[in-house]
Amino acid sequence: MDIATFQAYGYFFFTAFMVAVLYGYIYHLYSAEKKGTRDYEKYGNIALHDDITDQPIEEISKTDEIKK
Amino acid sequence: MENRPLEYDYTVAKWFMLSTIVLGIVGMLVGVILAWEMAFPAVNTIAGSGLAEYTNFSRLRPLHTDAVIFGFTLSGIFSTWYYIGQRVLKVSMAESKFLMFLGKLHFALYLLVVVAVVGSLLLGITTSKEYAEFEWPIDIAVVVVWVTWGMGIFGLIGIRREKSLYISIWYYIATFLGIAMLYLFNNMEIPTYFASGGIGAWYHSVSMYSGTNDALVQWWYGHNAVAFGFTVPIVAMIYYFLPKESGQAVYSYKLSLLAFWGLMFVYLWAGGHHLLFSTVPDWMQTMGSVFSVVLILPSWGSAINMLLTMKGEWQQVAASPLIKFMVLASTFYMFSTLEGPIQAIKSVNALAHFTDWIVGHVHDGTLGWVGFMIMAALFHMAPRIFKREIYSKSLMGTQFWIQTLGVVLYFTSMWIAGITQGMMWRAHDEFGNLAYSFIDTVAVLHPYFTIRAVGGTLYLVGMFLFAYNMYKTMTSSRRVEESELQNASPMGA
Repeated sequence: MDIATFQAYGYFFFTAFMVAVLYGYIYHLYSAEKKGTRDYEKYGNIALHDDITDQPIEEISKTDEIKK
Repeated sequence: MENRPLEYDYTVAKWFMLSTIVLGIVGMLVGVILAWEMAFPAVNTIAGSGLAEYTNFSRLRPLHTDAVIFGFTLSGIFSTWYYIGQRVLKVSMAESKFLMFLGKLHFALYLLVVVAVVGSLLLGITTSKEYAEFEWPIDIAVVVVWVTWGMGIFGLIGIRREKSLYISIWYYIATFLGIAMLYLFNNMEIPTYFASGGIGAWYHSVSMYSGTNDALVQWWYGHNAVAFGFTVPIVAMIYYFLPKESGQAVYSYKLSLLAFWGLMFVYLWAGGHHLLFSTVPDWMQTMGSVFSVVLILPSWGSAINMLLTMKGEWQQVAASPLIKFMVLASTFYMFSTLEGPIQAIKSVNALAHFTDWIVGHVHDGTLGWVGFMIMAALFHMAPRIFKREIYSKSLMGTQFWIQTLGVVLYFTSMWIAGITQGMMWRAHDEFGNLAYSFIDTVAVLHPYFTIRAVGGTLYLVGMFLFAYNMYKTMTSSRRVEESELQNASPMGA
């Protein structure tokens, strides 16, 4: 197999792989929300409730600080 | 020590706001002069033949492009970052002396680079690479400015209270990383004075790449400067300012994440469309075309998300000139991200390349999308920064319609001019002799060049109205209470 053919196969499979990753990401976003692991839509409120005195939508907790 | 409640500190945002307005006027004024020079060549020597060196088209052209890209747009990006960054991370710059110092240093260094760029371009000192004209000493200074900004970004993220990074922050980070990578690789150059042992000017350099490789790297950079300068950070702005001003959370946060990764992956491969029918390998040209067409999806993902954010709230478009600016901006974004892929199709490109249609495309994107969104962002920020209402709503409305007319005149005249040019260049008789000489096309295009200059002038007039409205907002508008600043911006009649 010459280098050009190898590149063409590589390019095709890489693109197919990236498409699979993208669809996998869509599946992940929706399934995580369905299972209740994470509610992505609540993050939209970060822009609306952005006064410095507002309660953060998801606060950096003490446990996060310790983990660091 | 006084015990004041914590507040966001907009000092640096305010400084960059001023540089956005000033450099916007400079860049657009030069653009308008250039447009009149194209229509009426005598304008090239308008200041007399002695000064023709400084007023001719070729000397001023890079000053226009660089002033609007690296002056107006970049200042707008920095200003909005220092505003949005604090708010969505829920942390004030006043909480860190170091970050405050970095922010101020960032602005000071940026101004020095602006002075160096304007001076060197006016003197004709250039690397001759489009949008990368700065010589190596300025390039090094640009890197320092950029790193200072980056330290500020990640420093602020490091001390945030909000755990999740709002989608706009993702886009600002992508802007920082994208431009850093592009700028470094495209500006790899050899200072000739030092490499040759003292020949020529000390500031002169040549590119480290040559021939086709140079062109490839240049357009990988050039196209992605559009991506990471004119698209990614402007999307960051609209994802914050439209929801905030309208009081509506972004329609689909999941779609915003998906569109982000789509844009990141696809945009970087599309630059090859600038080199169709050139010496670049054919497969690379095809790849540039294909990725350009695919690029419609993530671009429209963001734009549709913005328009759907207004779902059920369309009365706000009629009521608020500020919402008008943003909705028209996202509409122009959709429009130019459809037009671009069409131009990148090989058969269309065969007609469109090197014609004024390309210039029209750039300007419906930059004037309609980038310009409108940055001005809307500044309008939204001004009452919060200066604690005063926007001076005049009716002036905003007037500005909106004057500038919209200006953009429409600009791109429609360039469409007609571009397609006419393309058709005339390729026309031939039965023996294959070209039907027209170059000057034939110039004569035919003259009316359209004039219409373009009128369109550009209208946009500049709107820019002056904007500057006046902002000046009055800063200095003499009615003072407002914090409670008036929740969503829709307060505006005087």
